[in-house]
Amino acid sequence: MTAPIIVAKGLRKSYGGVTVLDGLDLEVARGEVLALLGPNGAGKTTTVRILATLLRPDAGTVTVAGYDVVRSPGHVRAALSLTGQYAAVDELLTGAENLALMARLAHLPRAERRTRPGALLELFDLTGAAGRPVKTYSGGMRRRLDLAASLLSRPQVLVLDEPTTGLDPRSRNDLWAVIGDVQRAGTTVLLTTQYLEEADRLADRVAVIDHGRVIASGTASALKAQVGAAHVELTTPEGIERIETDGSVGDVRRILADVERRGLDVTAWEVRRPTLDDVFLTLTGRPSVPAGAPATETRELQETR
Amino acid sequence: MTTLDLTPRTAQSPTGSLGDTAALVGRCLRRSTRQLDTLLLAVMLPVMLLLMFVYVFGGALDAGMEYIDFVVPGIVLLTAGYGAATTAVDVATDVTAGIMDRFRSMPIRATGVMTGHVVASMARNAVSTALVVGIALLIGFDAHASLLGWVAAIGLIALYVAALTWIAVAIGVVASGPEAASGFTFAILFIPYVSSAFVPVESMPSALEHVAHGNPVTPVADTLRALLLGTPAGSSAGAAIAWCVGLLLVGWVAAGLLFRRQR
Repeated sequence: MTAPIIVAKGLRKSYGGVTVLDGLDLEVARGEVLALLGPNGAGKTTTVRILATLLRPDAGTVTVAGYDVVRSPGHVRAALSLTGQYAAVDELLTGAENLALMARLAHLPRAERRTRPGALLELFDLTGAAGRPVKTYSGGMRRRLDLAASLLSRPQVLVLDEPTTGLDPRSRNDLWAVIGDVQRAGTTVLLTTQYLEEADRLADRVAVIDHGRVIASGTASALKAQVGAAHVELTTPEGIERIETDGSVGDVRRILADVERRGLDVTAWEVRRPTLDDVFLTLTGRPSVPAGAPATETRELQETR
Repeated sequence: MTTLDLTPRTAQSPTGSLGDTAALVGRCLRRSTRQLDTLLLAVMLPVMLLLMFVYVFGGALDAGMEYIDFVVPGIVLLTAGYGAATTAVDVATDVTAGIMDRFRSMPIRATGVMTGHVVASMARNAVSTALVVGIALLIGFDAHASLLGWVAAIGLIALYVAALTWIAVAIGVVASGPEAASGFTFAILFIPYVSSAFVPVESMPSALEHVAHGNPVTPVADTLRALLLGTPAGSSAGAAIAWCVGLLLVGWVAAGLLFRRQR
């Protein structure tokens, strides 16, 4: 493996005494899809904004494609495309005009400047709406146009900040498919998400972030393994019973045969593998819902871990 | 499907080019043509004020000359100022809509985005100011300017618009949103009232007279009036140019720094 394309070391950032990043370390390999998973307020967007040269860290260093984000922001911008949480497109221009503008600003060679916007509109199923002002677009269409704009420059690193938040399931699936295509073409993708399913589905590796630090990282399955084995979950009139299993056919058959022998009244059953939600709960001692906890409480939680 | 190359491109220039600015000027001009209501308001508002000042208040005001001749330069500056100030709203909209973040994360010229807004503002103001002056001439504004006087007047208005637009751009970047930025528009609408734009400064109470003398609109209005009426501009011309160039530089430097600011 070559040197990582993104290296962040000891990133710190605070706003008016509130610590947002508290010594965040991160490495992303070239061609990898890394999901930065965490609840609201964990520091995901701040991390992304530092990577995209929009923010300066208080302490720590970040390099993207070998360039320091503070010292050589121009080189970083040339290597990276950002798609933020809000569709960053011009409402008054049409979809085609937006892409034509971004193609010029991305300094695409003349030939590509002519062909690429059209091809991207096609990829994102926006050809029919290309001549309409963006203000007439639905939320999903805007997000697709925004991602198309990010792909114009064929970036080495594609940064997506909560790319599917607020999208309907179909738009989300389409977006996931495109992210897959982009990765197969060799692009490094760093995405933030609150959706465990999304991280599970898209990412080669997941970095769980909480209160401005990476608290665990690894493949989704490795993280799940950390939480424990799969269970056979039985629903009976008396309640839910869980029996640990390695998930193999033989083991599940043995458990079910045993259940039958005991004559339990099972109304439903399933083999439940741990989800990343469970991972989050195990790592932080609380569910992955709002991070409203004050800083002192956090420290306690981290110590008890 | 058209074949689409998604493989990463490694050799990209880390610096901006003049082409960036050209593209961004094109963007803002396009936007202007799609906001004709804004342009219409920028013409209607001063024309209404012109008619009101001339026909409602004008008879009661003694400016030492035909009141319409006195007030038109003031109305022209009000038009130009208002048109320039609305740029703050445009820029603030870019910031809140997130497109400013996209521009800032691209390897483009730092001032390109701003220059786009400024050039579009100049173009819009050229249209609205020409319309307002045309209407003023129709209702009896008695301009005595030579060709050179007209050229100088246009130059002064352009400089005034450029200065206010760069200030507006800087304010648009720091404003918390388009609503806050529109406050600047109101300020610019009211600043000319305490100057020599609508009434002679000497007619004001002495405290206000001091304020009016220090108001940059006063030398600009005096100079513009002298140019349009073909009278000597005196010392006001130097002060007008100094104010405009000073404000322009402050706005330009501030806008450039604020654009690349990494908070």
